[in-house]
Amino acid sequence: MLRNKWHSYKFRRFKNRFFYVLCLICAVIAVVPLASILFEVVVRGAPVINLEFLTSNGLKGGIGPAIQGTVILIALTSAIGIPLGVLSGVYLSEFGNNKYATWMRSINDILTEVPSIVIGITAYTLIVIGLIGTFSPVAGAVALTFMLVPIVARTTEESLKLVPNSVREASLALGAHRWRTILSVVVPTAKSGLITGVLLAVARIAGETAPILLTILGNSYFFQGLDAPMDALPLRIFLNSRMPQPELQAQAWGAALVLILMVLALNIGVRLASRGKLRR
Amino acid sequence: MTKKLTGDNIFKVLAAVIAASAAVILLLNAYILITGSTTVLSVFKLDFVTGMNWNPVVGRESFGVLPYILGTLITSSIALLIGVPLSLGIAIFLVEMAPKAVKVAISYLVELLAAVPSVIFGLWGLFVLRFWVLEYIEKPLNTYLGWIPIFSGTPFGLDFLTAGIILAIMIIPTVASVSKEVISAVPDSIREGAYGIGATKWEVIRHWVLSYGRSGIFGAVILGLGRAVGETMAVTMVIGNATGPTAMPRTLFQPGQTLPSLIANGFLEAPTPLEKSAYVGAGLVLLAISLIINIVAHVMVTRVLKVKGGAVE
Repeated sequence: MLRNKWHSYKFRRFKNRFFYVLCLICAVIAVVPLASILFEVVVRGAPVINLEFLTSNGLKGGIGPAIQGTVILIALTSAIGIPLGVLSGVYLSEFGNNKYATWMRSINDILTEVPSIVIGITAYTLIVIGLIGTFSPVAGAVALTFMLVPIVARTTEESLKLVPNSVREASLALGAHRWRTILSVVVPTAKSGLITGVLLAVARIAGETAPILLTILGNSYFFQGLDAPMDALPLRIFLNSRMPQPELQAQAWGAALVLILMVLALNIGVRLASRGKLRR
Repeated sequence: MTKKLTGDNIFKVLAAVIAASAAVILLLNAYILITGSTTVLSVFKLDFVTGMNWNPVVGRESFGVLPYILGTLITSSIALLIGVPLSLGIAIFLVEMAPKAVKVAISYLVELLAAVPSVIFGLWGLFVLRFWVLEYIEKPLNTYLGWIPIFSGTPFGLDFLTAGIILAIMIIPTVASVSKEVISAVPDSIREGAYGIGATKWEVIRHWVLSYGRSGIFGAVILGLGRAVGETMAVTMVIGNATGPTAMPRTLFQPGQTLPSLIANGFLEAPTPLEKSAYVGAGLVLLAISLIINIVAHVMVTRVLKVKGGAVE
């Protein structure tokens, strides 16, 4: 058998090198789109950006309302979603040794993958048609909350699990109640990992477009109240990209540069600040 | 012993109730999509799933989502065909081959790729990638292999193929990172044994590591499929947005639509309750497809990584 030329050492060594190079090429190819996206966004977006573009309203061709809207959406979503997600994560990590928790953990994972446009339809029916009656930041925030909760729950669980049991035991041995131990010992110990996870989740939903397309509608004006349509960066990019006018398309690239700077700054900053504390 | 109303019990129950929020959200989604689509389903019944026409004109309404189901499956298949081998190569390279510094750098870049918002993928696809695909992939394929039905037609750039390629790029971070975990979970004793009988590095990877991690890698692939099926914005921006019978896939070089892009394009403009309901129905079909895929993926991935947990701890 081994005399066969396909089994000769030379050929096996060649195959080994060949696949090494092939895998290397795969790794390089993965980086090409990222490099191209960053390059294009900077080259096409940077010339558009100036103070007026960033601060004036949509009628003057600025993205002030979009930036403001994105900030409002993130704030509202965080206010509703982070407490829900963190407490879910605390339960999963600290009391999660039962069947109920296993189910909830799986459902969180599955909910993370539910198509965002479906969540958009739900929030539209629930808030835009049901509760408030108009396109509104509240509807957008509800949609984004639906996406934020499962991500935060799972990252919270992961970071609390990294806290050594000896820390919990020490606190309990001092006579502290379980809830006291969790809130004043376990959570603070896991603080940096927890914050990392939450910020990455927020960065992720900040760029979501499909659910807010169906819930905040977009317009050219600054914030007009919690029951009026609002603009946001991802939405502005999408809507402008479909316009035939080159200057509107250029604005889309400008907005894309602002958005990608926000998202990547969060990502890179958070990861550098807490290197190794949270494995994803 | 009865449970007393202590701080501990209150806290535990409160946390348990909040932990149910994911389940509540999921059920809410299902409930709203089911009730929202009863109108269209009661009118068209099974024709809604098997029909090809999409005609909102009052009095001549006809809503069938078959072209968009096929469009979703086709773009996702292209994404898997291109994205999975690449992701596996990356995962193998990162776990088995790369020196530490390169490994850290490339893992980092792949994570950043996951952080890019999908609307920016769409913008890039619409203004940059589509021309690359048109010039360097579609035109040559059409010229030399145009006799094969799927490569026939007139290459345009905003079509199934471009959407599939964008999706391939977008699922790389998911598939690569899960496969990476699965491959790292293969015990070293397996590798040592294989090296011990004189296998080369590639043989070890191909015959031992990959077959040991087979079901986990399959799970990673299905997870990538789930991502691709649900992705909305990037696809909406590059797929060309045809509706009705013209959206029925015949070649890769034609405009089409997926279920998510159909909803993103038309939902808000739908004037009649019946048409709105049709879009919600499309959402229901999408949710069903995505739930099936993700539950399968979830079961496969957790089963494999649980084994790893047991072996490592």
